[in-house]
Amino acid sequence: MLSEEAKKEILTEIGQHEHREAACLEALKVVQKHQGWVSDEGIKDIASLLGMTSDELDAVATFYPFIFRRPVGRHVIYLCDTVSCWIMGYETMLAHLTKRLGITMGQTTPDGRFTLLPVSCIGACDYAPAMMIDQELHGNLTQEKIDSVLDQYQ
Amino acid sequence: MECPLTKDLRPDGQPLSIGEYERAGGYQALRKTLRDVTPEKVQEEVKAAKLRGRGGAGFPTGEKWSFVPMGADAPRPKYIISNSDEMEPGAFKDRLLMEGNPHQLIEGLIIGAYAVQADFAYIFLRWEYLQSARRLTNAIKEAYESGYLGGNILGTGYSLEMRLHTSAGRYICGEETALLNALEGKRGVPRSKPPFPQISGLWGRPAVVNNAETLCNIPHIISKGAQWYRGLSRSEDGGTKIYGVSGQVRKPGAWELPMGTTIREILEEHGGGMREGYRLRGIIPGGASTDFLLEDNLDLQMDYESCQRSGSRLGTGTMIILDDRTCPVGLVLNLIKFFARESCGWCTPCREGLPWLALTLDAIEKGEGRQEDLDILASHCRLLGPGHTFCALAPGAVEPLQSALKYFREDFERHIKEKKCPWR
Repeated sequence: MLSEEAKKEILTEIGQHEHREAACLEALKVVQKHQGWVSDEGIKDIASLLGMTSDELDAVATFYPFIFRRPVGRHVIYLCDTVSCWIMGYETMLAHLTKRLGITMGQTTPDGRFTLLPVSCIGACDYAPAMMIDQELHGNLTQEKIDSVLDQYQ
Repeated sequence: MECPLTKDLRPDGQPLSIGEYERAGGYQALRKTLRDVTPEKVQEEVKAAKLRGRGGAGFPTGEKWSFVPMGADAPRPKYIISNSDEMEPGAFKDRLLMEGNPHQLIEGLIIGAYAVQADFAYIFLRWEYLQSARRLTNAIKEAYESGYLGGNILGTGYSLEMRLHTSAGRYICGEETALLNALEGKRGVPRSKPPFPQISGLWGRPAVVNNAETLCNIPHIISKGAQWYRGLSRSEDGGTKIYGVSGQVRKPGAWELPMGTTIREILEEHGGGMREGYRLRGIIPGGASTDFLLEDNLDLQMDYESCQRSGSRLGTGTMIILDDRTCPVGLVLNLIKFFARESCGWCTPCREGLPWLALTLDAIEKGEGRQEDLDILASHCRLLGPGHTFCALAPGAVEPLQSALKYFREDFERHIKEKKCPWR
């Protein structure tokens, strides 16, 4: 069930739109912020607030890579795999992350600390190779830099 | 050399506050517009300035606005949207402008809104630009507090509401009709045109979508006039352009330069040239969905017509450099995998064709390719080209592939003959 706080935030979002369903992405983000991901139950709860069917809302939720329909770790690493980062050493960075975390793309570490996900060009081509962790950008990556950056996320 | 879009950016990378922006002349163009200039005159001035869209397609901005129904009988509400979903691989120019001077975009968007008499303005921002989101949110709040947004702006009777929409990924959302679907709370898949957005855009009402860099030009055109603006350029098209370079160059980055600056000047003087030990082999001039250019094209002017004449496109003006230590087949495979993943799946040629291209290229890259695969790749470049798909994603995707097949054919053949990637 949605918390009172999440529900209030969603209703505020809805109030800012003339058309309720226009608030659906923000509503999904609210639930994800509170619960870490969006469960089937979450979809049902949000859909009823928006006057959409669960299927309509899920069609939107599953369209977006930054809406998680499965649980993720405490921190999500998005390693950019697109052209400029690829030229500048993406494969080396991926090998390093894979070795250091013991997981491959799409997996979560057994302690639930990190989920590793691929991401399309993040617009940081001037800092390639680059990655995001949660809401922060880390560019000009080297293996050493990755090690020190990961230590900041417990 | 004048750089109107970037001259006020702070060297420390912090955004200009509204006070700093105003002291640098900011919001004067808006004041002048609302006080003295009719919407029609704004459109005419922008047309005369020869400003073309900076998002990739290069459509003339004033013309784009002119298709919005005007006058008392026009359907309402009307909408204008800043396409700030910069997701073209290799592009990071709008980020620079939004992070450094968010009020410039907001002022441009308000003047654009006035020109088409819009009631609502949206900034459609990609999720990953969190720094831009924070700064734009704050700047919109400041603009409301100073009376540049909301009801009866500066006492002129014109009203405009502005909202920031942060998306959640998917390249296709940068396609204007997909963007409109996404804003309506639907899956971001493209729509069939006509009707064009200016007639039926958001919730069946008129909407016009302009790229963020495009809109940043508007206040300057209004302040200093079309003639001055055209004079900034070294080509037929008006103004300056934010050019970018990424890849194995000494100083990857983005710079505001006269429209029509040569590739050589951008790459060598601003990008610092190739890094030690790397040689230039190819240039993708305008983001991932443009055809390769070669070293012979270094003196090509980066403007719409010149790029077109050389068999490519200006696109976003942010070039990706292929060096001699990077496998061209691997690079094209990387691009095609990107486009296959980002295909929205709405139309069959794109949904099925791009993964097929990725599989074929992957086989060649791994040394499992056959000579006839090259014909399969070439025929798919035709079958996924203009006229066969619902939107421009797949035709854009095959542009670097078709030119790679032409310019780097022997590299493809070596993979097949040697049964391995010569770069690995």
